[in-house]
Amino acid sequence: MTQSANASGGAVPWVAVGPALLWTLAFFAAPFIAMALVSVTVKGGGFSLANYQQFFTDPSYYRALFNSLEVTALVTVISILLAYPFAWILAEQIPERWQRLALILAILPFWTSYVVRSYSWLLVLAEKGVVNNTLVQLGLISEPIQLANTRFATVTGFVHFFVMLLTLTIFANLKQLSPSYRKAAADLGAGPVRTFLHIILPLTLPGIMVGAFLTFVLATGDYITPQILGGNNELLMPQLIMLQIGRRGDFPLASALSILLMLVVTVAYLACARWLKIERA
Amino acid sequence: MKTLSRFKNAFRKLALSATALVALGLSPALAEEINALVWCDHSSPEFLKPFEDASGIKVNVKEFEGTGAGLALLDQSQPGDWDVMVIDSIDVRRGVEKGLFEPLPEDKLPLGDLYPQVVLDAFTKLDGKRYGITEKFGYNTIGFNKDKVDGNDMQTLQSLVSDKYKGRIAIYDYYLPVMGMAALAAGKKTADLTEADLPAIKDVLLKMKANAKLVGEVTASQTALATGEVDILVGGGEWVTAGLAKENPALDFSIPKEGGILWSQSLAMLAASQKKDAALKFIQYVLSSEGQARLATSPCYWGMPSNQKAALTDEQKKVLRFDEQPGFLARAQLYPAPDEKLDKQMQDVWTQMLQAQ
Repeated sequence: MTQSANASGGAVPWVAVGPALLWTLAFFAAPFIAMALVSVTVKGGGFSLANYQQFFTDPSYYRALFNSLEVTALVTVISILLAYPFAWILAEQIPERWQRLALILAILPFWTSYVVRSYSWLLVLAEKGVVNNTLVQLGLISEPIQLANTRFATVTGFVHFFVMLLTLTIFANLKQLSPSYRKAAADLGAGPVRTFLHIILPLTLPGIMVGAFLTFVLATGDYITPQILGGNNELLMPQLIMLQIGRRGDFPLASALSILLMLVVTVAYLACARWLKIERA
Repeated sequence: MKTLSRFKNAFRKLALSATALVALGLSPALAEEINALVWCDHSSPEFLKPFEDASGIKVNVKEFEGTGAGLALLDQSQPGDWDVMVIDSIDVRRGVEKGLFEPLPEDKLPLGDLYPQVVLDAFTKLDGKRYGITEKFGYNTIGFNKDKVDGNDMQTLQSLVSDKYKGRIAIYDYYLPVMGMAALAAGKKTADLTEADLPAIKDVLLKMKANAKLVGEVTASQTALATGEVDILVGGGEWVTAGLAKENPALDFSIPKEGGILWSQSLAMLAASQKKDAALKFIQYVLSSEGQARLATSPCYWGMPSNQKAALTDEQKKVLRFDEQPGFLARAQLYPAPDEKLDKQMQDVWTQMLQAQ
């Protein structure tokens, strides 16, 4: 009886994990290995590290990675700064019965097409767009300024999207916090600011970091937003990768660039790993 | 028992529905289908439906951009999946070298009606066999808003690098034609480009970039010109301005004194096609006077029909500047057709231009 229980107990985890494992092997591990192998070939055939060498020696190539990191860092920081108060208001200031409606309103931008949303921003930020017209009419500027087709436009398009994502992750974290923490802090003489800085903020760090990590991953790999809003006035990594594929079909170089991008994401994951655990205190 | 009976009924209904679907699938209207890898100008119902109605052949289309992406799609498909492909005329040989294309029967195509300058045998024929036939062409040159810029300035490529138009220019984001234009500005012939010409081309490109507000693909550059965000599009031509002529008649294009770059797209038949007769019928339709008129005025982008007998209206001919074509063609230079090594070097120069601040 004991042996049988042990045997079935040993098999059950594999049965449970099996589909997920197969899925990961088929749709992540195998393609990743294939991509890694292709990355050490050159177009036309033959093994070589030339693709990686080109990346590390050609400034216009490694500049794309720096551009991606700069843009992503800006987007992540601005999105956190905007999303936290938003999530706080949703979780703490809005009555429970209105929270669901407020959340639906908050995620409405997700319902529109990503491409349409990006083109909409292009029109809003254009020289004759709403923003420039308003600034001119208010007398803040005398001539329209270039907002569209800039890094500013790319960051704006990204932030519009990722504020919503971060709001959700921080909101979920705030809702998990027991009111006892605040009561205990108040009993011990802490004011609202001190309670927030020493109790609430550290306890909501997991929500912030999960959202920040997702923002980093999605923004670093996004092609549409910088392509439409950035005006190609600088290249980010996904654009550089697509450039290799378009006409030339240089899949080895595109694969090498993709592997490097994945390495960056892995480093970001390791940096955030301590906050990305599933369990909560 | 009731549950079992309900299950049987449901199964019977499902079986009947499936039979009906199969019967529909075998109906005469859908008897034959071909699959075509195309550019966006081949996808509209206005273009496809007259052929489907007349021939009973349904055309399933899949759009792609860039020869590399198109050839990758073929690599990932089973032989026989695709019957027809649209491809840059200069790239037809890339497909032939991969053994992808079937020779076309010249006697069954209206070759005599095509503009001789766009037949481009050097790219579309190999070993005496024709593998591609030009269906549409145009120019990568200067597109502009004639209400905003001096028309005389648009007669020379040097205006694109002058301070007068700083911040008023967009550059079409495709390295071959725009680098071809830069080569013309530097006094070079596009047919003779070598690695030694790249520094001079890069110099012109960087000056253009310094004047440019954006480097955009088709939609972005078209939008920028149409909304007044920029007044000039480097690499633009009838493919940008003609489709917008009704809404914005101020949009125009010029072939400057240094020349313009002739672009041309071809149709090819896949060697592995199991439906070569149907594929040939489709190619014949595209090259017919009616098909040419519809393709030339596609909602996606306009362009010159390669067949001089295209059934265009007078208004459409005027917008496409049909009567001026002999002069334009005489001044146009070939699309750069670099070999693999030069192609890579050209793209790297383009990347440096994009990253330049």
